[in-house]
Amino acid sequence: MNTQDTRRPSGKKLSLKEKYAQMTRGLGWDTTYEPMDKVFDQLGLEGIKIHDWDKWEDPFRLTMDAYWKYQAEKERKLYAVLDAFQQNNGHLNISDARYVNTLKLFFTGITPAEYNAHRLFSMLGRQFPGPGAAIACQMQAVDELRHVQTQIHCISQYNKYFNGLHDHTVMNDRLWYLSVPKSFFEDAISSGPFEQIIAISFALEYLLTNLVFMPFMSGAAYNGDMATVTFGFSSQSDEARHMTLGLECIKFVLEQDPGNAAIIQRYLDKWFWRGYKVLGLVSMMLDYMLPKKVMSWKEAWDIYFVQNGGSLFNDLSRYGLRMPKYWEQSVAEAEHLSHQTWNAFYNFSGAAAFHVWLPSDEDMAWLAEKYPNTFDQHYRPRIEHYRKLQAEGKRYYNPSLPMLCQTCQTPLIFTEMDDPTRTSHRQLEHDGDTYHFCSDGCRDIFAGQPDKYVSAWLPAHQILQGNCVEPGAEAAGDPGADALRYFHVVAGQDNLDYEGSPDEANWLRWKGLDKMPPAAAA
Amino acid sequence: MTSIQSTVFMALQTNDDTRPIIEALQRDNPDAVVHRLPAMVKIDAPGRLVLKRSTVEEILGTDWDLQSINLNLISLSGNVDESEDEMILHWNR
Repeated sequence: MNTQDTRRPSGKKLSLKEKYAQMTRGLGWDTTYEPMDKVFDQLGLEGIKIHDWDKWEDPFRLTMDAYWKYQAEKERKLYAVLDAFQQNNGHLNISDARYVNTLKLFFTGITPAEYNAHRLFSMLGRQFPGPGAAIACQMQAVDELRHVQTQIHCISQYNKYFNGLHDHTVMNDRLWYLSVPKSFFEDAISSGPFEQIIAISFALEYLLTNLVFMPFMSGAAYNGDMATVTFGFSSQSDEARHMTLGLECIKFVLEQDPGNAAIIQRYLDKWFWRGYKVLGLVSMMLDYMLPKKVMSWKEAWDIYFVQNGGSLFNDLSRYGLRMPKYWEQSVAEAEHLSHQTWNAFYNFSGAAAFHVWLPSDEDMAWLAEKYPNTFDQHYRPRIEHYRKLQAEGKRYYNPSLPMLCQTCQTPLIFTEMDDPTRTSHRQLEHDGDTYHFCSDGCRDIFAGQPDKYVSAWLPAHQILQGNCVEPGAEAAGDPGADALRYFHVVAGQDNLDYEGSPDEANWLRWKGLDKMPPAAAA
Repeated sequence: MTSIQSTVFMALQTNDDTRPIIEALQRDNPDAVVHRLPAMVKIDAPGRLVLKRSTVEEILGTDWDLQSINLNLISLSGNVDESEDEMILHWNR
């Protein structure tokens, strides 16, 4: 038996570069009785031309042996923390029970997305004939599965004590606002292989995960949630590898053929906007939902998109690429995004699987400081109005179903950026029907692939058509009540305001705050 | 090109393992700026950031495997060039 180790005949160990080359070259599947383009049948569909797969290089030069070693160590560290968290009732050490609502959003919106990323990379690995690329996809598929599992293990401790965490997979499939991240992934996974890389490695990893896993996870730590920050950083250490590899992949494709640049620019434009639209949810997590705040959405967007994304596009400019379309608009909108998103959830909290609340005076002072151009002018008056209505026992709920954007599926809750009193609404005729959009960006994406987006499953439409009734259950005849049951949201328990919720009552009891006079407890 | 100054960054978990790494980064990259956030240290640098195994080993007084950075790395930006001896983040290679 050949017990060859990684030593040369001279006895000297292989360098990292040599070891990587040994384990990623010459291992490809060169077919014999079927032509290659039939076996790798999706490669030619997008018009991208690859001439030499051996030019693919993983900058981390990670080989499977090193991968297993470091991933195993990451897991041991993570599970040691999760044990300590459970054994020490870590859920009681968070800043406030309101904080758990960020986890509800994360767990129902992002954890299932990690699973979809796992599926996507398993399929992608099958499509790439270059072994370097296939191995990178394999590692990434395993990573994403690890993220799902660690997140479920971590959140299960919260699920024992808080509502709204009991059914993340069904909720992700059915809940109206979760169709925003879900449709992002389904759009990606039904694209060609190179478009998938741009969607995930650029839009998801480079834009979205840095914004979720850095400021939000740092915020989790600041709010005393040692379990979430640990899985968050553990996941993001994988994502750091993924985004590096994604950049490498973009450059590899651009260097392979001059004709590829125009296609890649089109993908970057589309997926920048698709990713950005998912981030509305993250903006309100940072600005409204973390009881102790770390960084505003605007600050995070400046650091992780303007600065970090700008650096990337400086670098890509040598290939003739430019910043993605409408990026300036995303910067202007940063002054408004979280305020308008939180307002929508305040309006529609009857149909959500997490609780909402109005910001305190202290919260509003922070928002005014972080948003000096917009908060006091546009958003404080509305919050004070809601407060007054609540004090009079006339808490405002929006009784209608919102119009949804045909592309990103976000309700039309945003305004024109030069006029924060006017709803942003775009339309397009296609095959005799009128389609509605939240923005120019989403209208353009639709116009590029109308046949894909006409088939979108839009929750508001489906509810009105009577398609959102729990299978096997008798329709109550009230579409709202039927939809809640269909979402697996327990009315009066998972939804509505934090004040008066079972979560609040439990928290006050556990912390001994229920025996205090109301003024001291608040 | 945009008018944005290109920066690279490395973000590390706040723990005892990363203290010598951060110190080495500061020593070898005089232009680096260290931001200490809850649970996380983010090191920004204009254009280029280098992490040298030899500097970390000097601070630690023992051998150190550069690939073990994967255990405590949260995120990074820039093109990565890694060997046994150093990890370089840079734009405009």
